[in-house]
Order: sequence, then C-alpha cells, then structure tokens
Amino acid sequence: MAAESGGKIIDPISQFLIKPVFGDGPLGTFTFTNSSLSAVIAVSLAVALFLLAPTQLIPTRLQSAAESLYEFVYNMTHEVLHDNARRYFPFVLTLFSFILFSNVLGLIPYAFTVTSHYVVTLALALTVFVGATIIGFIRNGFGYLKLFVPSGVPGILLPLVVVIEIVSYFIRPMSLSIRLFANMMAGHMMLQVMAGFVIMLGLAAGWLPLAAMVGLMGLEVLVAALQAYVFALLTCMYLNDAMHVDH
Amino acid sequence: MAEPKVGMPQLDPTAWPTQLFWLAVTFVALYIVISRIVIPRTGGAIAKRKSTIDGNLAAAQQLKERADKAVAAYEAQLAEARQRADGIAKENYATLAAEITEVRGKLDRSLIAMIGDAEKRVGAAKARALADVNAVAAEIAANIVSELVGIAVSAGDAAAAVAKAAK
Repeated sequence: MAAESGGKIIDPISQFLIKPVFGDGPLGTFTFTNSSLSAVIAVSLAVALFLLAPTQLIPTRLQSAAESLYEFVYNMTHEVLHDNARRYFPFVLTLFSFILFSNVLGLIPYAFTVTSHYVVTLALALTVFVGATIIGFIRNGFGYLKLFVPSGVPGILLPLVVVIEIVSYFIRPMSLSIRLFANMMAGHMMLQVMAGFVIMLGLAAGWLPLAAMVGLMGLEVLVAALQAYVFALLTCMYLNDAMHVDH
Repeated sequence: MAEPKVGMPQLDPTAWPTQLFWLAVTFVALYIVISRIVIPRTGGAIAKRKSTIDGNLAAAQQLKERADKAVAAYEAQLAEARQRADGIAKENYATLAAEITEVRGKLDRSLIAMIGDAEKRVGAAKARALADVNAVAAEIAANIVSELVGIAVSAGDAAAAVAKAAK
C-alpha cells in the first residue's frame, strides 16, 4: 500500500487517512468513511458483548467478561464519585467502552483507529469538560468559582495561584484529548515504522524488528486499555470536582 | 482523496464534519443501549447474584445459630441430668446411711441389753458362787477346827467367823 505511493516503504502517516467506504467522492458531513465504519464496529462489538452475555446466576465465560468490564468501571466510578456514581455511571461506562473498543479494534492490522484522530478525542474531552462545567455551575451556582481559589493560600500568592488554577482548569480538555490521541497515533506509527523495517531488511535481518513488533504489540494492547481507563478516571475526577468544590 | 496529502491527516479539516457526525451517532447509540438495556440487564444480574449470595450467607448464619442453640440446649440438658443423677445418688446414700445408723442403733441397743442381761446373770452367778464359797469355807473351817482342836463348831458360828475373817 504505502510502497506503491512514491516507492516509499516506510509511510507511517497514510494509515490515518480518512477515506469514504463507498465511492471516492469528497468528504461530506454524512459520508460513511473508514473512521465511521470502525466506530460502528467498535460500538457493535461493545453492544454485542453486553447483550450476548447471558444473565445467569452462575456466569458463563462471556458473561464473566461483560460483568468484569461493567464492575471494573462501576467500582472506579464509585471510588471517585461515591453517592453520585449511579447518575454518571452510564456515561462513564459508555465513554470507557467506546474508547476501549476503538483502541483495541485499531490494533488489528489494516483496521482504522477512531481515537487516533485529535478531532475525535477533543470532541469527547470537550463533552466531558463542558458537561462537568455546566454541572458544576448548576450544583454550586457561582460558588463553583471557588474551585479556582484554594483555601489556605497566603494572600500574596493568591493571585498567582488563581491564575494557575484557571489555566490548569482550561487545559484539562487539551491534556485529556492529546493524551489519548497522541498515545494512539504514536503507537500505530511506531508499529508501522517497524513493519517497514521488517520488509526492508527482508529474511536476512527482518526477524529483529519483527520480534520488537511482537513486544510493541503487547505494549500497545496495554496502552489501549490504560488510556481508556485514564480517560474514564479523569472524567470521574472532573465530575467529582463539579460535585465538591472544596478541594 | 486518492492523492495522499502532505502532513498529518488529523489536521485535514475537510474530514472533521463526518468524523464528528459519526462519533456523535455511534456514541449516542452506545449511550442509549448502555443506559436503557445494559445497565438494568447486567447490573440486575450482578445485583441478583449478590442478593442470592447474601441470602444464602444469611440462611447459613441462621442455621449455624440454630445448631449452636441446639448444642447449648443439649449441653444444658446433659448438665441437668447429671445434676439430677448426682442428687438421686446423694439422696440414696443419705437414706441408706440413715437406715444403716438405725439398724446399727437397734443392734447396739439389743446388744447392750443382752450384755446387761449377761452381766446380771454373771453377777448373780458370782454372788451365788461367793455365797457358796463362804459356806464351803465355813464347813471346811468347822471341819479343820474339829479335826485340830476336837471342838465341834456349829455351822452358824463357823459362818459368822468366816464372814468376820473375809472382811
């Protein structure tokens, strides 16, 4: 694929190209692209896992898998949000499942990774950020602004601390989205570069980058799950900040 | 789109609307399925299992308490039976002891009576014997006197003399 375009073997970028699945026209708002297809498959897999799992008293293997995912997210949400966990759990479970299945699905060769695009992760992060901010103002009124004024800070330092707090608050969606997108993109690029080395070195020494790829693949599976966890956990923390201004 | 663009495809704004649109569609669809179906379904299964396990544990705890109570009752009954047996044994012992004392007392009294009788009889026999001895002594003394001195002593005198000497 990459080798055909200009004879380059190592082309780590073109895997992120967004192309329409049907036809070759320009990208409209509703065009069904490879990214859309991946998102649909990821969501379908998540739905299938949950809905194909039986609800027996003694769980089957599939049921155990679905329930571990459910309980893992529930416990995480509950640990951070305590009594408010029930209200935001559906959203956090959706977020976690969406990111987890997108990340893991993207590791299959030739599959497209939805979360490797900044616009997608930024949209998710902004949803969390705007949502948490609105909830914060609804729950606390203008008292939510106390979030920027930590207690117990000496008066001279206070203006500086407030500025730092405000900047760190507004940087939240950036860090949240860049962390996920950069991890996904970097991992996939690294794998692509390694795969290019395997082809370049051929049978003579190609096994060396191939062995590295096997290790990297394991690492990427870990990163895929970890980034979904980090995103969901930080979402819970931001929601908790919106609940309890006193930090 | 056939020509690969220079730079990151992530920075191509023409792809953003479709990405955002399909993200919204898939995410909202997943949210609806999770909040409407998955949470009552899977959450219900987990809650049901938890309540079943808790119920079984509570039932086991109840049964254990009942077993403990039964053991305690059994031991209390055993202790009571033992106490009663002890009581009966002590009572029997006391009755027997009383009977024994009574029988022994009776026996003692009859023995004492018999001994008294015997002593009286012995005393009488002794007195009789002593009286006989005096009579014999008087007779012998009278005989001796008549043999030695040739004086015939009357039996009355001899008896008086013996009684005088025996004092």
